[in-house]
Amino acid sequence: MAKTVLELKGVSQYFPGIKALDHVDFRLEEGQIHALIGENGAGKSTLVKILTGIYRPTAGEFLLDGKAVHFHGPTDSQHAGIAAIHQEAVMFPDLSITENIWMAHQARTKLGFLDHPAMRKKTQAILDQLGMKEDPKTLVRDLSVAGRHMVEIAKALSMEARVVIMDEPTSALSLREVEELFEIIHQLKAAGKTIIFISHKFEEVFGIADSYTVLRDGKFIGSGLLAETDTASLVKMMVGRSIDQLFPKEHIEKGATILEVKGLGKTGIFKDISFNLHKGEILGFFGLVGSGRSDIMNAIVGIAPPDEGEIQINGKVSHLHSIQDAIRHKIGYVPEDRQNQGAVIKMSIRENITLPQIDKIGRLGVIDRKKEQAMTGDFGKRFEIRAASYEQKVLSLSGGNQQKVVLAKWLATEPEILILDEPTKGIDIATKWAVYQYIFKMAKQGMAIILVSSELPEVLGMADRVMVMHEGRLAGGFDRGQADSETIMHAAIGRHADRSPS
Amino acid sequence: MEKTNINENRRFDLGRDFRYRIFSVLMKWETVLILILTAVVITNSFLSPYFLDPVNLLDTTFNFSEKAIIALLMAFVIIAGDIDISVASIVALSSVFMGMASAAGADAPTLVVIGLLSGLAMGSLNGYLITKFKIPSIAVTLGTMSLFRGIAYAILGDQAYTKYPEGFDFFGQGYIGDSPIPFELVLMAVLALGAGYILHRTSFGRQTYAIGCNLQAARFSGVPVDRIRFQIFAVTGLFCGLASVLLTSRILSTRPNIGTGLEFEVITIVILGGIAITGGEGTMIGVILSTFVLGFLKFGMSLLNVPGRVMNILTGALLIFAILVPMALKGLRNSVEMKAQKKL
Amino acid sequence: MKDFLKKREVTLVGLIALLFLAVSLRSPAFASLGNLTDILNDTALLIMVGLAQYLVILTGGIDLSVASIMGLSGMCAALVNKLDPTMPIPLVVLIALGAGLAMGAFNGTLVGLAGISSIIATLGTISIYRGAIFLMSGGEWISAHEMTEGFRMIPDAKFLGVSAIIWYMVLVVLLFAWFMNLTRTGREIYALGGNKTAAKYVGIKDKKVNFLVFSLSGLVSGFAGLLYVARYAAAQNDTASGFELATVAACVIGGVSIAGGSGTVMGVVLGAIFLGIINNALTVINLSPFFQMAIQGFVILAAIVANTIMAQRSERLALARRVL
Repeated sequence: MAKTVLELKGVSQYFPGIKALDHVDFRLEEGQIHALIGENGAGKSTLVKILTGIYRPTAGEFLLDGKAVHFHGPTDSQHAGIAAIHQEAVMFPDLSITENIWMAHQARTKLGFLDHPAMRKKTQAILDQLGMKEDPKTLVRDLSVAGRHMVEIAKALSMEARVVIMDEPTSALSLREVEELFEIIHQLKAAGKTIIFISHKFEEVFGIADSYTVLRDGKFIGSGLLAETDTASLVKMMVGRSIDQLFPKEHIEKGATILEVKGLGKTGIFKDISFNLHKGEILGFFGLVGSGRSDIMNAIVGIAPPDEGEIQINGKVSHLHSIQDAIRHKIGYVPEDRQNQGAVIKMSIRENITLPQIDKIGRLGVIDRKKEQAMTGDFGKRFEIRAASYEQKVLSLSGGNQQKVVLAKWLATEPEILILDEPTKGIDIATKWAVYQYIFKMAKQGMAIILVSSELPEVLGMADRVMVMHEGRLAGGFDRGQADSETIMHAAIGRHADRSPS
Repeated sequence: MEKTNINENRRFDLGRDFRYRIFSVLMKWETVLILILTAVVITNSFLSPYFLDPVNLLDTTFNFSEKAIIALLMAFVIIAGDIDISVASIVALSSVFMGMASAAGADAPTLVVIGLLSGLAMGSLNGYLITKFKIPSIAVTLGTMSLFRGIAYAILGDQAYTKYPEGFDFFGQGYIGDSPIPFELVLMAVLALGAGYILHRTSFGRQTYAIGCNLQAARFSGVPVDRIRFQIFAVTGLFCGLASVLLTSRILSTRPNIGTGLEFEVITIVILGGIAITGGEGTMIGVILSTFVLGFLKFGMSLLNVPGRVMNILTGALLIFAILVPMALKGLRNSVEMKAQKKL
Repeated sequence: MKDFLKKREVTLVGLIALLFLAVSLRSPAFASLGNLTDILNDTALLIMVGLAQYLVILTGGIDLSVASIMGLSGMCAALVNKLDPTMPIPLVVLIALGAGLAMGAFNGTLVGLAGISSIIATLGTISIYRGAIFLMSGGEWISAHEMTEGFRMIPDAKFLGVSAIIWYMVLVVLLFAWFMNLTRTGREIYALGGNKTAAKYVGIKDKKVNFLVFSLSGLVSGFAGLLYVARYAAAQNDTASGFELATVAACVIGGVSIAGGSGTVMGVVLGAIFLGIINNALTVINLSPFFQMAIQGFVILAAIVANTIMAQRSERLALARRVL
């Protein structure tokens, strides 16, 4: 039996008002690839932050090689041989690859000066091992998303860590890069390292990991060997129920064209984007992170107007330069980043719901309190926002309820076109289901909906038509039933483009 | 990230706990300010038997009415998450322009118009640079602070304007009719009411808070972010122009160093009034309370013959204190919540 | 980006050369060796304190109290010298350094440990430090005849025909260049200004770094205050008043981003020299010194706007190079 490297016993992490982790157990055996599974918000990132010393747990025991440890910061964790590749790129854009790799643990000469030659040499060796061709002196700002990820991996290697944590390492990689990454993970395993692999893609988990732990709502749900389980039971552990009834397919009659986009382009970001949208239609936009989906939506609503091309709304050429323009053209926009764009989370539910049309509630800019409260109550109820009162700050709501506030706010403007960018990201399964219901209901009432998503089942289950993006261009358009997940995925990762020499 | 992705069952409600409710009323900054104000008034009335004399008390307001008027707008600036450190320089240059006009023979109403317009123009320049080029307001107003004051020096050198037309002295020295109520005080009160109303009752105020809470989210919610920030800076300039009219009229003399250090006192009023320097928080009532706290505090110190430089030390300490205490209170509140949470 | 920064310094050298040429054509006395030495002597302090400011701005903060630190530490030194003229000069220097370091550490405590925004904290400490000068001196000046010869010679002593103040300046510049580029802490300061979240993840202690930069800024300003008081042979309430703006100007002209994370030691030195030449040129071409502040304000604004436009353009160019 393999020896236990690392163990958490009854660990809890509280923040004011929140139990991010609640008595969680976690055990890691040496030399294994261990998958940490859970929905967004289940507590995976919190767990990682405890392991890497960024958080100090509120309660519970943290054992390393059977001995209790207390990390006082990331440095302690690094010294204990734990290295993490974080989900968000943790990089210094103005520093070089070498400097980024060695920032946390720079090599010194005997006199205490930085040992630049040694660091450069080691960096080169690691980059060679990873098959990376860039000069170590290249600034990180000049690297691609995948390149930055490789630097993160190189950093973990340079620390000669025993435990390597990979938080969603494949989310920004192309298929070929994922294969290369798996190759590297196997190398690491062969070298006796222990790996924590975090992903919500089951094929990857089953493809590479030996054992698993499932978290849900900050609680420990179960753990075991992957060889002794299957996808269905993992999904059930993860979401707490089966997913059959998630997408209640209903046929909705398509209406007249309401939005027509012709040859839309923005230098260096996207190009040649043409499509149209009908009343009562749900148009899916699928693509990998960084493929330009959100940028197109930002261009349509006027946040970042396009450099070329034309947008027609109800047959009229329109130039939108701000969200106010979008509201005037009856477009609602639920952006991807709920915390920083979707809602003003430091304000109350009421203030958020009425914000887009606050200058119209009342006369001469004086807010009519009664009217404001009536509107809040109306849409709050319609979207079943669960809160002690509508005066509660959005900040203190769950992800799902936050998203309901954002939806309520835009529906209150009575839009004819609704653009939803990753509307179910990071919300619990019950709210997810509710959000799908709202979308269907709105489409049925004749609203035209664009649904941007990187979750394939969601796009396949919801959309009447799917537009697929690859590196800033449309890589294909498929009607419902015409495409299966494989076709769409291949278009999105640019299979054909990959083969041509670049 | 995890912090906000919580589920229903992990949230809990402390609002029903009675002791917690008392605790949160006590934690209100406005309550703290009222207590401090009471203490200052009591101390002052012990220091001088004349302090509570109504006529005397009304006259002390001359010392802070101009600062208070600028502070009303500085509150908007800071709530929107910005800062304007050029206000004192705007006051100075407006005063220089009025002095020039006066030297050229302009009458009192014309001077007022010139003072207001030059303030508005300078404020608009700040707003334009900040919103057009997307430069942080600290950087822009740092530059215009030096530019405006510099132009005042370039025009006046070591000279001074001291000739002002008849009737001009009313704005800064006059009283309402035969009453002992200063015109400045009435003007300040009216403007304070207006500013409070706009901040707390209109869409403009609401949008100002939204920008200060999160500029990007406000933009994505249809708030005309650039227009509102521009307007705030422009009107701040206008109010500086007004303060310059009052100040110039009160002392009837313009030197290029007029109003030096004013920005510091105005920002102190606003921060002590409970407006968070990070934006999005605070009330106009707090700002008005803190105007009186600081004004009476200084008056009390002058009764004790404390020199101005030394008062500045205390003001500086008060500014830092006004930030540290709410931060400490917040930490205390969090730890109380955490304790309550562990019990649940 | 590195190319772009290098280009920035080249542009500055070009601008300085152009300015130099223009002024010396107008008045040949400008280019005399004597005047050039004067410029360098006058600019040495701006370079030193500019570098102190640069440290703070790199982390995304600002230190508005540098000038009042200069004033107070200068006053401390002058007062000690007046009260005990026999005290050895190195001890006087140590007192000035200690005073500067203490004030900087106080700023650092407020910003780094208590987490107060740097503008507000240093705006508050300005009036505290200036008030302390008043308390200490009773509002009186300390003038040349109350200072010992040794005290006044601290900046003016000649070594190899060059005044000491320039040697100090060169030493400070070299120390900064070494510190920023070759030490771990120096790189951490860059990293913190560039990406706060990332810095936290690699274990850079932002509180510690903030405390450190303000302390160092105070230390350098304290030394500069001593040199200022000794050089101009006067310690007063308003010593070096307005100098903080000049230091910020030197930084932004030198290409230091006010948002933090980028800028070079060389840039700041050139920015300070640029300002120094303008100030000197004003007197040489007989323009009132009262124009100095206005020009400085204009140059700050112009430099910030230029920085912004250049950054936006380089971003656009980078995008245009991407093939879709």
